[in-house]
Amino acid sequence: MKLKDTIKISILGLTLHKTRSVLTILGIVIGITAIIIVTSLGSSAEKFILGELESFGTNSAFIIPGRGDFGENSILTDSLKEKDVEALEKESNVPDANLIVPFVFGPATVVYESEKFHASLLGASPGNQQVDKLELTDGEFIINEDTTQKSAVIVLGSKVKEELFGSSEAIGQRVKIKDKTYRVIGVLEPKGQSLFVDYDDVVIVPYTTAQQYILGYNYIQRIVVTTYDAAKLSGMVKDIEATLRESHNIEDPDDDDFIVQTAEDAAQTFGQITSVLTILLGSIAGISLVVGGVGIMNIMLVSVTERTREIGLRKALGAKNKDILTQFLIEAVILTGIGGVIGVITGSLISYVGIILIHNFAGINFPFSSPLSGAILGVGVSMAIGFVFGIYPARRASLKSPIEALRYE
Amino acid sequence: MAIINTSNLTKIYENEGVETIGIQNVNLKINEGEFIAIIGPSGSGKSTLLQLLGCLDRPSGGNYLFDGKEISSLEDEDLAEIRNKKIGFVFQSFNLLPRQTVIENIMLPLVYADATNEQRKAISEKMVNLVGLKDRSNFQVSKLSGGQKQRVAIARALANNPKIIFADEPTGSLDSKSGEVILDFFQKLHAKGHTIVIVTHESYVAQCAERIIHIRDGAIEKDEKTKSRRIISETGFIK
Repeated sequence: MKLKDTIKISILGLTLHKTRSVLTILGIVIGITAIIIVTSLGSSAEKFILGELESFGTNSAFIIPGRGDFGENSILTDSLKEKDVEALEKESNVPDANLIVPFVFGPATVVYESEKFHASLLGASPGNQQVDKLELTDGEFIINEDTTQKSAVIVLGSKVKEELFGSSEAIGQRVKIKDKTYRVIGVLEPKGQSLFVDYDDVVIVPYTTAQQYILGYNYIQRIVVTTYDAAKLSGMVKDIEATLRESHNIEDPDDDDFIVQTAEDAAQTFGQITSVLTILLGSIAGISLVVGGVGIMNIMLVSVTERTREIGLRKALGAKNKDILTQFLIEAVILTGIGGVIGVITGSLISYVGIILIHNFAGINFPFSSPLSGAILGVGVSMAIGFVFGIYPARRASLKSPIEALRYE
Repeated sequence: MAIINTSNLTKIYENEGVETIGIQNVNLKINEGEFIAIIGPSGSGKSTLLQLLGCLDRPSGGNYLFDGKEISSLEDEDLAEIRNKKIGFVFQSFNLLPRQTVIENIMLPLVYADATNEQRKAISEKMVNLVGLKDRSNFQVSKLSGGQKQRVAIARALANNPKIIFADEPTGSLDSKSGEVILDFFQKLHAKGHTIVIVTHESYVAQCAERIIHIRDGAIEKDEKTKSRRIISETGFIK
């Protein structure tokens, strides 16, 4: 018997029991939908994080206080000091360095007249403007003199400015943090949420000023070092490590009290985290597919019993066992295949809506990744489930006796 | 030439250790072109005999030569092939696919015979003409009357030009008038040379055949030429 004819018979069998067919594939639809949502949002999140890391540039190294292993005493906050910045700035130590950008951060409450705003404080260097890609709508950014003289100047994020000053001019006005007065020298363009900071919520003062007057310590939380040439990055990382070891009197690299990371390192770490999460959530969704498969098997068994006469008749008229087997197997595979397609479509739609909601409510621009490979996989997996869970009922059908056709109703 | 030749054909059913005799030691010879009625009360074994003769089941003992071939040792697939190519079935309850059209039902054996689309179309149209249902060709079978349904079933039985037609109580679900039309039809097919075996428990149906085989308790009780045979086209319908 030709496969084309068997497929026709299978489709006919399904269309004769539309309600049942729809209910049968519901489990598969839900399972595939869940898997598509998890993988699609997972890969969107991954893309977003990687994109953010990329924006820090492939030519930057981040110096973080702390130890490489995650053992005891791995968390350090105070190992980077001003002398390290000075050592890094020496051209003989790190010849490929372009910008050296030390900074600190913390919370700060900004007061203007009767208005108060709880902002994120960035104690910045002039280089932060370039490294963090900050644009100003008004005024200017911190300059070298501000950091060396610990000037009381401040740059406001767009939202901070809006909250404190409304539409009136902010430049030249004075705001207070911890009873010290700062002169507003610049206002940032709205930028929205990025990976670590919402720059609209931020206030920026020179890092030296922040250390002394706001945070009350003398260490540095991060140092970003950039190079002109991305190809020189790994060489520069080695120079940085050597410089800091010398500055900290460390001989064994295992004793390092700092970590030098590149965007690539961070991307790898985040990539691993998101993959693990995706696999974990995906396998939970996968369980629902198995449940859906058992549902298919159950309904197929009922269907086979109900259609005993039809099967008997077909066999009496010359259908071979394998014709009946194929007919029911194809029915199962078509059912789950359709379930897979519907699941992929609803899953993609829900992910898309989810991304729009995340954008509207959290202000994070998740890129929507059309999950083509996920779609093919989803449909493929559901068809495979139809096949696996359809074999037993189909075999039962194929072994029915043609005598059944002779039984009276 | 004998199309059916059985010797000591036996079928014993076993259910949870209890053996029930279906038929025992049946010796039967049916020649091509014969019109035979197998008659017996319910439980006599006539359905078992039909299942065996129609290659729907295998005997548990004895031999069965169908068209010169020993059946008892064949595989399922070979039996399916024989049923498809050499046997036509007509059932009491029609056994049509109710949601499909007349033509699609008639085509069914041709589909399993791997006939080309052209062959399917040509043969099924010829058959639908033969049973006088041309104007109903594209009707859903469920919309037909009982008599019409049985004519579709006959057309389907004839589609692969079988060596023999087995009819199992073909008039059992019909009113007497439609039943007579069907029997008339069988007689006409017989006149054209078809071999027909009807299983029935009603003697007025059996009397349409040339030869009547009486079954009782799983064995042939009597095998005789029909006395006072009814030719429906001559005598008209009874009742």
